[in-house]
Amino acid sequence: MRAAVIRFPGSNCDFDMLYALQDFGIDAEIISADNNDLNGFDAVFLPGGFAYGDYLRTGAIAKFSPIMAAVIQAANDGKLVVGVCNGFQILTEAGLLPGQLQVNKVPGFICEDVELLIENPNTAFTNAYETESIMIPIAHGEGNYYADDATLAQLEDNHQIVFRYAQNPNGSAHDIAGIMNERGNVFGMMPHPERAVDPVTGNVDGQPFFKSILSEIIAGD
Amino acid sequence: MHSDNEITPEMVRDSKIYQQWGLTDAEYQLIVDTLDRLPNYTETGIFSGMWSEHVSYKKSKPILRHFWSTNERVLQGPGEGAGILDIGDNQAVVFKAESHNHPSFVEPYEGAATGVGGILRDIFSMGAQPIAVLDSLRFGELDNAHTRHIVDGVIAGIAGYGNAIGIPTVGGEIGFDPVYAGNPLVNVMAVGLMDQKGMQVGQAKGVGNSIIYVGAKTGRDGINGASFASAEFSTEHESDRSAVQVGDPFLEKLVMDATLQAVRDHSDIIVGIQDMGAAGLLSSSSEMASKAGMGIDLDLNQVPQRETAMTPYELMLSESQERMLFVVKKGEEQVILDLFKKANLDAVIIGHVTDDGRYRLRFNDQVVADVPVDFLTHAPKQDLPMVAPKRLAILKADQFVPDVTDLKQTVLDLVGQPTIASKSNLFRHFDSQVRADTVIKPGGDAALVRIRGTKKALAMTTDVNARYLYLNPKVGAKMAVAEAARNIVATGATPIGITDGLNFGSPDNPEVYYELSQAVDGINDLAKQLNTPIISGNVSLYNETDGQAIYPTPMIGMVGLLTDVSKATRIGFQNVGDSIYIIGETNASFNGTEIQKMQAGDIDGQLFDLNDHDEITNQKLILAATDQSLLASVHDLSEGGLIVGLLESAFAGQFSFNVVIDMTAEFLFAETPSRFIVSVAPQNREAFEALAGDSAKKIGEVSAEDQMTIQSSDQLLQLSRQETQTIYQESISWRLKG
Repeated sequence: MRAAVIRFPGSNCDFDMLYALQDFGIDAEIISADNNDLNGFDAVFLPGGFAYGDYLRTGAIAKFSPIMAAVIQAANDGKLVVGVCNGFQILTEAGLLPGQLQVNKVPGFICEDVELLIENPNTAFTNAYETESIMIPIAHGEGNYYADDATLAQLEDNHQIVFRYAQNPNGSAHDIAGIMNERGNVFGMMPHPERAVDPVTGNVDGQPFFKSILSEIIAGD
Repeated sequence: MHSDNEITPEMVRDSKIYQQWGLTDAEYQLIVDTLDRLPNYTETGIFSGMWSEHVSYKKSKPILRHFWSTNERVLQGPGEGAGILDIGDNQAVVFKAESHNHPSFVEPYEGAATGVGGILRDIFSMGAQPIAVLDSLRFGELDNAHTRHIVDGVIAGIAGYGNAIGIPTVGGEIGFDPVYAGNPLVNVMAVGLMDQKGMQVGQAKGVGNSIIYVGAKTGRDGINGASFASAEFSTEHESDRSAVQVGDPFLEKLVMDATLQAVRDHSDIIVGIQDMGAAGLLSSSSEMASKAGMGIDLDLNQVPQRETAMTPYELMLSESQERMLFVVKKGEEQVILDLFKKANLDAVIIGHVTDDGRYRLRFNDQVVADVPVDFLTHAPKQDLPMVAPKRLAILKADQFVPDVTDLKQTVLDLVGQPTIASKSNLFRHFDSQVRADTVIKPGGDAALVRIRGTKKALAMTTDVNARYLYLNPKVGAKMAVAEAARNIVATGATPIGITDGLNFGSPDNPEVYYELSQAVDGINDLAKQLNTPIISGNVSLYNETDGQAIYPTPMIGMVGLLTDVSKATRIGFQNVGDSIYIIGETNASFNGTEIQKMQAGDIDGQLFDLNDHDEITNQKLILAATDQSLLASVHDLSEGGLIVGLLESAFAGQFSFNVVIDMTAEFLFAETPSRFIVSVAPQNREAFEALAGDSAKKIGEVSAEDQMTIQSSDQLLQLSRQETQTIYQESISWRLKG
């Protein structure tokens, strides 16, 4: 049971994700985006940050990095692929998840705890949650989820919307905070569960997220 | 010797162009006498950069050298990139503050952004991982459209750089006053963490060792920003350039990560590291040589350049960002070069250390500068005259008396004042949680950042109320230190050290120089009593517009150590039924206060006193009670007095309060220093009262309903929490909308 945390140049939540995974006993390590092989890993995490500076559209450069072919391969093989914040942006750019993350409706970076509604509790990312709403921090300037109406309808019909914002902070369509692919193994969210795992920081609502993933990986072994 | 341009040493002398670069006739003559020849264009330029106040501190040094900077924790005092304190377990905390006032006025976004970038380089050049940034900002009033533009730009710039590089902005403070309308202050403090064995210094030791240039290429941005740009003397090219540099946080992250990896893996071959800040390549290289007692020989053709036809003068005085200088043992360079190349960064050997004490620059196979290093790096000091400002002699002793005829409205007006109102709608633009170590986020008294893998945490804050200093520079400076310490103590941490950002007007004005001197005396005085040495700092002078100086504004950045993070305390009330106590005496302290400013339109009169003994005793009481886990919440009292302290504790915890005080209502607004309010759970009441004795006075209870009440000896005040909090929370946003 091994997890890879992909480090793009400019990733800045790579260690936060690594530590969170390790805190839950997951054998995780940081893998540079210069690599092109993810064999031997059961799950792949794309962390937050500003990959390659994100001076163009977020994730637009990152999708061309050598590691992405291996990430796509892992997704096609049914392994868990999780993108948080910048990682979510990269997954949509790479076409592994539908839609786009645009500049926030009121432009500007926002960092604060937001309430998320657990829209689909029967996923690899939410099965350990026992409540319907949680507080998780967001920290982004481009988290405004957009997809066309047909795609949104599909996401709704297939229960691919995993988290919704209780109060929409960024203008996201259908209050979307996190979605998965139809197969349920590729997942992206703007909020940062890895920042909400340690009691000392005052918020542990991210713990069940990692417990869900842990049980899923174990079940898959 | 000739530089490559056409201006001869004689032309430099005859045209007196050195004056436009900030050198005086006497300084120029000293250079001529010491060199025993006329300095050429390049040499004159590098002297002007190195002898500018910004780099040399020639005017402030006679005062700054009084700073107390040694105790049992100090591993590195002033003089390096940042100061370092021992925090046990072979770990050390590194911190420093820097100002970017002028650039932030000219170009708010880039000025503030590069302020963050510069102070972070100071931290990681010491071998430390930056863990937190704090911002101390001062602006004019928000009713001015230009000020709103500056606020927006500065906030966006700090966010744009700090968020991207991934170092959390955990705290700081923001103040507003008309005196800053033409001179906003942008002071940034950065804190880093390191293993003591990884300590680096900026020294160029060892003959033959290589000087390696790392990071961004050099361009024409910020040429001689440390002195000042001169349109008359600039070439046509230069005159079009902004004096403000442009930041690239992505590049800086690569430089930071690679530098820290180099320190981790190759400390045996790294002799010294220095960031290129003010006066760029010039000051970093010459200071490294001077500190080691060595000479240096640079080949400027090797310097990575992103523009064509740059002259030696431009290369040396460019303030392009994201550049570092390494000194590496001779013969071992390749491993360092490879490390940086792997990160896609320029890394080039541009020269070597010599033993002749000369600062020698070569360009196109010619020597373009050859001067003694120590002479270049030691500007002639200036003892300036000082005199007490006239205004201080005529201040009335009487304290202002607040008008409390409509007490409720007065309170609602006060919580809407920009200085008092919540700054969370500005701070929310900063990523305060990246690295996932932030225990207390912006909005508390001090920020608290845990040290992963230990039980320890570091508290950090920036503070100064310049209105107090305007009325009494020395006591006001002591109060800034006292408030910073109270903020640290309110988290449960023990204050351990200070960095400062001394923002003043022109030192050539004897009244300003007096203020600077008095402020340093005041900081020193209380710092010694608190055992918080001043280990680093920054001076920003000439903050004047049209002859009107800012208030003397010595920002105090303080760091504290909490040995057990589980004992951390916060400002918010925690439980209904907890008792509320005030610690410290409340006196008629109204001159220089927020209520005076609001009701009288300006501050006036003699400043009230600070009682050093009470200050220290009350802080010790808080620390003792925290250590025994007796306190549910702790909040220091400062601007706005008891009423604002109570409201903030209520808002932070989403509780209300019923309070009775044995004073008349106007004392709610007194800003008497050395005070705290704490809340205590019923089961801890007895133990707390036994510990506190007469120092704490019970004034009420925490309650749940919306109504908050205060019964003073002459009035009953009733406030709706929702109504009051909305004003407190949204006032800044309302004002920013114009």
